[in-house]
Formats: sequence, C-alpha cells, structure tokens
Amino acid sequence: MSEPLAVDAHGLTKIFSKGSVKALDGFDLEVPTGQVVGLLGPNGAGKTTAVRILSTIIRPDAGSATIMGHDVVKHAARVRRVIGLAGQYATVDEHLTGTENLSMVGSLCHLPRVDVKPRAKELLEQFGLADAADRPASTYSGGMRRRLDLAAALVARPPVLFLDEPTTGLDPQSRIGLWDVIEALVKGGTTVLLTTQYLEEADRLADRIVVINSGKVIANGTPAELKADLGTTVLEFTLDTPERAQEAAALLSDLSAKVAHVDGNLLELTVEQGPPVAAESLRRLDAAHIDLLGLSLHEPSLDDVFLALTGQKTEVDTEALTEGVTRRGRKAKEST
Amino acid sequence: MTSATIAPPASSTSNGVGTMFRDIWTVTKRNLIRNVRVPEALFFSSLQPIMFVLLFRYVFGGAIPVEGTTYVNYLMPGIFVQTMCFGAVSTSIGLAEDLQSGLLERFRALPMSRAAVLGGRTSADVIRNVFVIALMTAVGFLVGFRPTGNVATYLAACLIMLLFSYALMWGFAYIGLSAPNAEVAQLMSFPLLFPLTFASTAFVPVQSMPGWLQGFAKNQPVSVTVDAARSLMVGGVYHSQSSVIKAIIWSIAIFIVLAPIAVARYRKV
Repeated sequence: MSEPLAVDAHGLTKIFSKGSVKALDGFDLEVPTGQVVGLLGPNGAGKTTAVRILSTIIRPDAGSATIMGHDVVKHAARVRRVIGLAGQYATVDEHLTGTENLSMVGSLCHLPRVDVKPRAKELLEQFGLADAADRPASTYSGGMRRRLDLAAALVARPPVLFLDEPTTGLDPQSRIGLWDVIEALVKGGTTVLLTTQYLEEADRLADRIVVINSGKVIANGTPAELKADLGTTVLEFTLDTPERAQEAAALLSDLSAKVAHVDGNLLELTVEQGPPVAAESLRRLDAAHIDLLGLSLHEPSLDDVFLALTGQKTEVDTEALTEGVTRRGRKAKEST
Repeated sequence: MTSATIAPPASSTSNGVGTMFRDIWTVTKRNLIRNVRVPEALFFSSLQPIMFVLLFRYVFGGAIPVEGTTYVNYLMPGIFVQTMCFGAVSTSIGLAEDLQSGLLERFRALPMSRAAVLGGRTSADVIRNVFVIALMTAVGFLVGFRPTGNVATYLAACLIMLLFSYALMWGFAYIGLSAPNAEVAQLMSFPLLFPLTFASTAFVPVQSMPGWLQGFAKNQPVSVTVDAARSLMVGGVYHSQSSVIKAIIWSIAIFIVLAPIAVARYRKV
C-alpha cells in the first residue's frame, strides 16, 4: 500500500445490550491520509457509534480498526495521541472560560507547559472567540460553543479529526461559519471524518461520501458519483387526488431514469435536469387536462438519497434505541 | 488559519508518574474553579453545617448531658466529621454531572492519565474540605468552642478527618458513576450518611442509646473518627490513643476496599 490509511476499519459491529439493537453491523471504512470523508446517514444509522469506536471511547463487539496504523483496542493510548474529537454534544465545561477550557485540554494532551496558554490564545483568535476568551462557556451561544468544542479538538494539532455532526442544531449562519473553519483546516492537510445528516454539508466538505443505514454501508463514492446516481433535482407535483397522481406518474415516468414515487396525491420525480423536465411535464399534464395544485423543485435531500438507495423512506427516531442507550440523560438534556 | 499545519503529536514523549500527577492536578484545578464560579453552591453548602452547629449548640445541646467538658466542646469534633462526610457527597454529584454532560466521554478520547478523573475529583473535594474545616473552626470559636490541645494536636485531628473523608469519597465516586444523574446521586448518598453520622458518637453519648444500637454506634468508622478528633481536640476524659490508631486504620481500610471498586466502575462507564 503506497498511501497509508488514516482510518482503516473492517467489520465493526456493536450491539447495545438493551433491546439488543445492532448499532453497527459489519461496518467498513477507509479514509486515506489527508482526505475528508463524510459519513452520511439518518439518526440511528450508527454514525456516532462508529465515531465512538474509532476514537477509543467504546470497544467494538466484533471487527477491528486502526487509526494511523494504531489499533483502537490494543493501542488505544497511541490512538488518543493522534486524534481530535468534536461533536454535536459540544462537551465544553460550562463553568470554565474559553481560555480555561482550552488550557485544560492542552495540559491533558501534555503540551509543553509553556505552550499551553499561547496555544489556547491562538485558537481562540483563530475561531473568533478572542472577545469571549475570559467569559464562562455557559454564556456562549450555540455556535460559539461548537467553535470552542472544535478548537478543543485541535489543541494538540492532531493529524486525524473526528467531527460528529458538527453543525446539527445550528442556525444557518453559524453552520456556514463552521464550514469555513473546517474547510480551512482541511487545506492544512488534516484528515477528517465527518458525520452528518445533511447531504449539502457532506457535498461541500467531503472528498468522499459513505452512506450508512442500520449500521451498514449502503453507498460509497465521491459527491459527484453519488449525485449522478441520484439525479440532481427532485420534482414534486401535487395533484388533487391519488388517482390523478397515478395517472400523472404513468404519463411522466419516461422523463426520469428513476422510478416515479407516488405518495397519496404527491408525485416525486428524480431527474438530472430540473427545469426542462418541469417544463415538459407541465406541457404533458396540460395536454392530458390534469390539473396541478402545486409543483416544487428541490435538491435531493438525505431522504431522497435513501429513497434512491434503499427504496424506503428513512427511519427516524430509532436513535433512542441504539446510540441513546449508553448515553443516559445526555440526549434528553441536549434536545431541550 | 496559518497554524493548521500538521505537527508531530507533542505528547508522544510523555508518560509515567509525572504526567499522571500533572493530569490529576489539571482536573483538580478544573474542579476547584467550579467552586469559585458558582460561589452560591459553596456558600449554601457551608451554611448547612453552620446551621447544625447552631441547632445543636443552642436548641438540642442544653438537653444533652456530657461528661468532663462543655457540650460545645463535645459537639464540634462531631460536627467536623459530619461536615466532612456530607462534603464527600460532592464527589458523587460532581462525577454524575460530568458523566451526564458528556465531559467524561471527551476525556476518554484524550491521551490523559486514566487516574486523572477520579484523582482530580477527590483531590479537589479534599481541598474544599480544608476550606470547610477552616470556616467551621472560626464558627466554632464564635459559639464558644475552646479546644484544649495545642496547634499540632488540632492539625493532627484535622488530618485524620480529611483522611477519613478522602477514603469515603471513593465510595461516593462509585455512587456518582452509577447514578443516572446528579440529583439521584445526591438522593442515593443520604440514606448512607444519616445512620452513619447520627447513630454515632458525633452528637450524643452512646450510653443514651438502646443497647442493640450501642454496639454499632460505638465501633462504626464515623464514631471512631469522631473519638479520635475529640481525643486530640478536647482530650481529658476523651483522651484515647487507641481511637486515633483505629481511625487511621479504618480510613486506610475503607480506601483500600472502595478505591478499586470506584476505579472498576469508572472503567465501565
């Protein structure tokens, strides 16, 4: 192998005892050094479980993984020296200031003592938190906390970074701000494994996307490849009755390489070229005297990815059964 | 973003006992800062033992006859030990909070010593107890506490009490790591503390208790520690070299039993 893999996981399986839910079921992942891989999937797909195993927080029940060549079970201590972890549960200490949080992590990463404070200051400036450096993190906004959390993950300049849903729950502006920060990091050569529920996020940040569902990889490719598979635009027609929707589906099905999806009086077509197909559809429906109540065009969402890959809608809310079990009240607290 | 270059991990050379103590100290500092940031918590947790002093000194004390000294002199070593025990509950609350907030999970992904979380928690709580002893000493003097020994015996009594509270903290660490949240951790702690602190020699002479309770009340570790502190602080009829030795043995034994249990629990969370 010429280029060593930063992350190399094979057959990872994790079963949470309560409910014997398979959070991961033979999960494979390869992240080449210097690349950004987006792990895309709905709630409960096993993304967070994968990251927790790769960052040595929990052990897999089966399978193996190495980070920069170090085994996550046998050489966990070595793995911890080369990784940074930041996530949707921004785990900063609320009572400590920004500076104190980063200094604590710097000390615990065994930076030389004289470097601890300067490194904290440098990161706070870099992440636009210099003005809030001496305020307790409890006074920070959601976006500021995520930035502090990300800064904490970077204190020891780890070559491999795990970002577990870094922007979930953030407002659009904070999300874009965080994307800029992550992009800058990536330019510096850091290997990043990013989990996300947002196709847009994976598309913007990742070199490759791995789609996961029910603990298994169901697709793997560059964003362009996945999009080509998916079609780039979803046309959603609203008709007055389900019968009309079926008629319309029959009339328009040849416009898309994918199967038209009918749900009640809604018809969804996934197509490569949105506007021309929409125009053609309108002509045909008009000629057939089928009235439209509505028409919308949108970029494929994660739901559409799943629809295309699995033929079924995403199962949401299974997360409580899988990843939530060992995390106790944390989820409930975060979601309020 | 000029600094986002890949430097070799700065931590690769460090390991061993030195870094373990550095990590414990880092976590200790972090826990102590919390006391300063939430002064209300420190204030109200100090208020409770003061209320106990006033309650027993002025409300119950008159009805409790003790030999050889004033009731306030009899009472204060008991209040000290009770306060130390209650202070140990902060170990369980603190750990339960850190577990719930996900901070312990973050710590797990750091190259820090595995001993730092429990070591740092208990060290911070002992340092907090030193502060509480100083405060309670001042309160004691205000209400008429007049220890008879010298400074050295007084400090020796304080050290014995701190040692006892440190040993207990490992038990409370186990509770904190087992409880679903901080509130429950606190609720789980008190049913243990009440019989230990009240069915003891802390507030009343054991002779006033029913016979079946006396055996427990005389020999349980809180009583032994109170007797040791009373021997060193008040002396006279309460002088008891054997209590001092027994108290030290009890504390060490409690530590030896509870610390591995807490550590094993920590490895599993």
